[in-house]
Amino acid sequence: MKLPVYLGLLHTSEGTLADSFRQVSEGHGDEPDIHFICQSLAAQCDQHQEALAPVIRRYGEVADDDEPERLHADGLEDTRTGPVGLLRDLQDLYLLASLVDITWTMIKQAAQGLRDEELLAVVTACDGQTSTQLKWLKTRMKQAAPQALLVAE
Amino acid sequence: MVDRIAEVWGTRTPYARHERWPVRVDQVLAEGVRESEVERWVQSACVLCSNGCGIDIAVKDGSMVGVRGRSADIVNHGRLGPKGLFASWQGVDNKDRLTRPLVRENGVLVESDWETAMERIVSRSKDLLDRKGPLSHGFYTSGQLFLEEYYAQAIVGKAGIGTPHMDGNTRLCTASAAAAMKESFGSDGQPGSYVDIDECDAMFLFGHNMAETQTVLWMRVLDRIAGRDRPRIVCVDPRETEVARHAEVHLRVRPGTNLALMHGLVRELFVNGWIDQEYIDQHTVNVDELRATVEPWTPDAVAETCGVDAGDVRRAAEIFGTSDRVLSTVLQGFYQSSQATASSCAVNNLHLLRGLLGKPGCGILQMNGQPTAQNNRECGADGDLSGFRNWENPEHVQELADLWKVDAAIIPHWAPPTHAMQIFRYVEQGSIEFLWISATNPAVSLPQLSRIRDILTADSLFLVVQDLYLTETAQYADVVLPAAAWGEKTGTFTNVNRTVHLSEKAVEPPGEARSDLDTFLDYSRRMGFTRLDGTPLLQWSGPEEAFTAWTECSRGRPCDYTGITYDTLRGGSGVPWPCNEEHPEGTVRLYGDGVFPTDPGYCESYGHDLLTGATVGPETYKANNPAGRAIFKTAPYHPAHETPDDEYPFRFTTGRTVYQFHTRTKTGRSPQLNGAAPDAWVEMSVSDAESYGLGEGDVVRVESRRGHITASVRVSGIRDGSIFAPFHYGYWDEEGEPHGRYRAANELTITEWDPVSKQPVLKNAAVRVETVADGVGQSMAPTTTASRPAGRGGRRRAVLPTIGGPAAQASETLAPVDPPAVATKEERS
Ligand code: SF4
Repeated sequence: MKLPVYLGLLHTSEGTLADSFRQVSEGHGDEPDIHFICQSLAAQCDQHQEALAPVIRRYGEVADDDEPERLHADGLEDTRTGPVGLLRDLQDLYLLASLVDITWTMIKQAAQGLRDEELLAVVTACDGQTSTQLKWLKTRMKQAAPQALLVAE
Repeated sequence: MVDRIAEVWGTRTPYARHERWPVRVDQVLAEGVRESEVERWVQSACVLCSNGCGIDIAVKDGSMVGVRGRSADIVNHGRLGPKGLFASWQGVDNKDRLTRPLVRENGVLVESDWETAMERIVSRSKDLLDRKGPLSHGFYTSGQLFLEEYYAQAIVGKAGIGTPHMDGNTRLCTASAAAAMKESFGSDGQPGSYVDIDECDAMFLFGHNMAETQTVLWMRVLDRIAGRDRPRIVCVDPRETEVARHAEVHLRVRPGTNLALMHGLVRELFVNGWIDQEYIDQHTVNVDELRATVEPWTPDAVAETCGVDAGDVRRAAEIFGTSDRVLSTVLQGFYQSSQATASSCAVNNLHLLRGLLGKPGCGILQMNGQPTAQNNRECGADGDLSGFRNWENPEHVQELADLWKVDAAIIPHWAPPTHAMQIFRYVEQGSIEFLWISATNPAVSLPQLSRIRDILTADSLFLVVQDLYLTETAQYADVVLPAAAWGEKTGTFTNVNRTVHLSEKAVEPPGEARSDLDTFLDYSRRMGFTRLDGTPLLQWSGPEEAFTAWTECSRGRPCDYTGITYDTLRGGSGVPWPCNEEHPEGTVRLYGDGVFPTDPGYCESYGHDLLTGATVGPETYKANNPAGRAIFKTAPYHPAHETPDDEYPFRFTTGRTVYQFHTRTKTGRSPQLNGAAPDAWVEMSVSDAESYGLGEGDVVRVESRRGHITASVRVSGIRDGSIFAPFHYGYWDEEGEPHGRYRAANELTITEWDPVSKQPVLKNAAVRVETVADGVGQSMAPTTTASRPAGRGGRRRAVLPTIGGPAAQASETLAPVDPPAVATKEERS
């Protein structure tokens, strides 16, 4: 059964996403909305990790996952500067959050197949927040894109 | 005669529930002018707050020499407050007025002429449009122009230039009111009416110091309190305001924790079954999410987070839950604090849960701050699309394109409208190089002033300022345009409860000052903006034509003005919209039928996630299928982003005094008002003052991470751990810049805004206090209102009461005529 592998993947990805939100929050502190909202979203990712922990314990942790490397996404190592840099960083966050989002979808399918009520409850509590994170990133990028791509130096 | 500085609310005229508020006509004339010498009384309404009191301007020898309240007006029934009495005319008729355009030459502003000034503006504007396109332009406007002027500006910006960078200082005052109504009801539009004060059994004032912000509305409440069947009052405010003194329950919340309190109140309604399940089933969606979100917020949890008594939370909820008719009002204590939209939506939720909407005495007043803020929102000079249209709905955009006879593609609808704080950020980054500021003073009113001053002085910026006076902001301009003021031009505007008034020209503007409308029309003509057929974009010759064009834009929308003309507004009272064939006399309340403008084809917004501001988008919105039902919107509570710590141990909050308006450009020029509140102060609680060894009048330095101010202390009834400062005091009467002493409250405030409404969080920051000097006298804070000295404790100093003396005498004529009625048939039915 590969579910434990995917639970581990999700757990790791939420951690990567949390770190990356924090990175962007600090790196773009001059944009107060980005700064504060990214902190809130990082905290959501932390909560998702906590919510997953008991399920992961139950299914058993996978020490060495044998999944192909490409399923893991690297977090943001540092942030860029300027309006276009902000756009690129938000775009990176969007990719990471998309990975998390689709992983939740897969976990949900598996949980339904297993009729695992505990896991389903975790999914219900978390996956909506992840899709809102994506929506926020998209909203903010739509706002920033014209200015960054057309008039910013 | 009554000293209306000392007696802010004047003489009581008590009345009982179901009765109509008696008329009292307030009048003041300039010293030495007798009533018989007044040549003309010219119809208008007051522009010193959002209340919109009907007013007549007294004219003698071509000057304004006084005012009186209009007895026939449904808003004020003849009354005026201190600002209306003393500042409306004296704040305009003043030697400091700008009389000629100014242009910057070798770094200094010099007098010029309109041709030179406009050509400078137009050549820079054209050059930037050619080189960088419309996103190089930003417009920051006001809550104090007339409807016609906003509509002109909206068309110039959206269909002439095509920039999304348009906003008003309404962002600071009413953005959360608009946002909350869009989220809950699908569109902006005030559900309630002032008549509900006459009919209610209980009133909840959420962060609304009505006694100081809308004095005449508070007179109506005081008169109900003085009469039979007085309403029960609940006040949410960290300060000991006049409202709090009359409240049965005063919830003195920690600044920044409103949403936790609201969750607690909503939860009590669920827990105690004080809900109308049938109404909820038929007229709302999303109740389950609301129930789940508020679940953790027991009265004890609220008490812990908000610093209030759990029993008071229960009592307040019981009053809400068990009174037959409840009226709620909301203002800056919610709008300018953290989680503003979510907290304001929670007020809507309370009413929706009980179905207390659209019926006599049952209403919501999501208040405005400024007199014409409503029109900015309606006309779309603030980034909204004109006529409460939805920028995400292509059909709405096309309607405007058809109306304006332009290509829909020019109307900026491809991204969310840029809010004020983001406009200033783009200026800071150099991507907006042309900024036109009309009738507002960001150099004093925006947060974190040292940053704003840097932005306004940026080399890359070409700054146009249009105003009555050489304000702090105007001093940074490249071109200053002198504007005609209230009483010097004709136009309409709309108050909090949708009442539209006509304000007629009474006197000529000074020198070469021009109406803002004429200036925008001139700019449009010089820029050569055209329709698709090549004819000029704006073809109006004056305000009445602009108004007629606007009524067409409003047709079929929630703010339908098609039944209103200048002539229908002349003579009697203002008229509340919607006013059309169906409602020829206007409309008292909205949503009496439980049908809300949430239909996807009709709504003004598809809404947002209240925690992040993410747009919901059309697909998800349609899937939720509101179809005319209201939407319970909520978000989890989170603590304010800047909370006290060891270094900055106090919560700082800002606000108003009854005697001043905004940055004092008008009220500061009225001797009576300025005498009553001449300088800044800071308020501390009795025990905080004691622990710092401070007493009345001692001078302190209050410092945040962003700046500091120096002012004298008033030991007041504010809650422990909080510091208050009024935000009115800038530097125009201290040589323009803060050379010596910093005193503007916004030196300290944080650059942060609500994720949905984008309203800046001006009422929550962390500060520390240091003693500078022992006081030599009392502080300059008024003693008549929330800033009055605490009755006990502190190092007491005898404090002289605030009075106006002979210059502040106004006449009050009690009940000369019967009270007026709103939309008679509907109100009486
Ligand atoms: S309540 Fe407002 S509108 Fe009325 S007189 Fe006072 S300032 Fe003017």
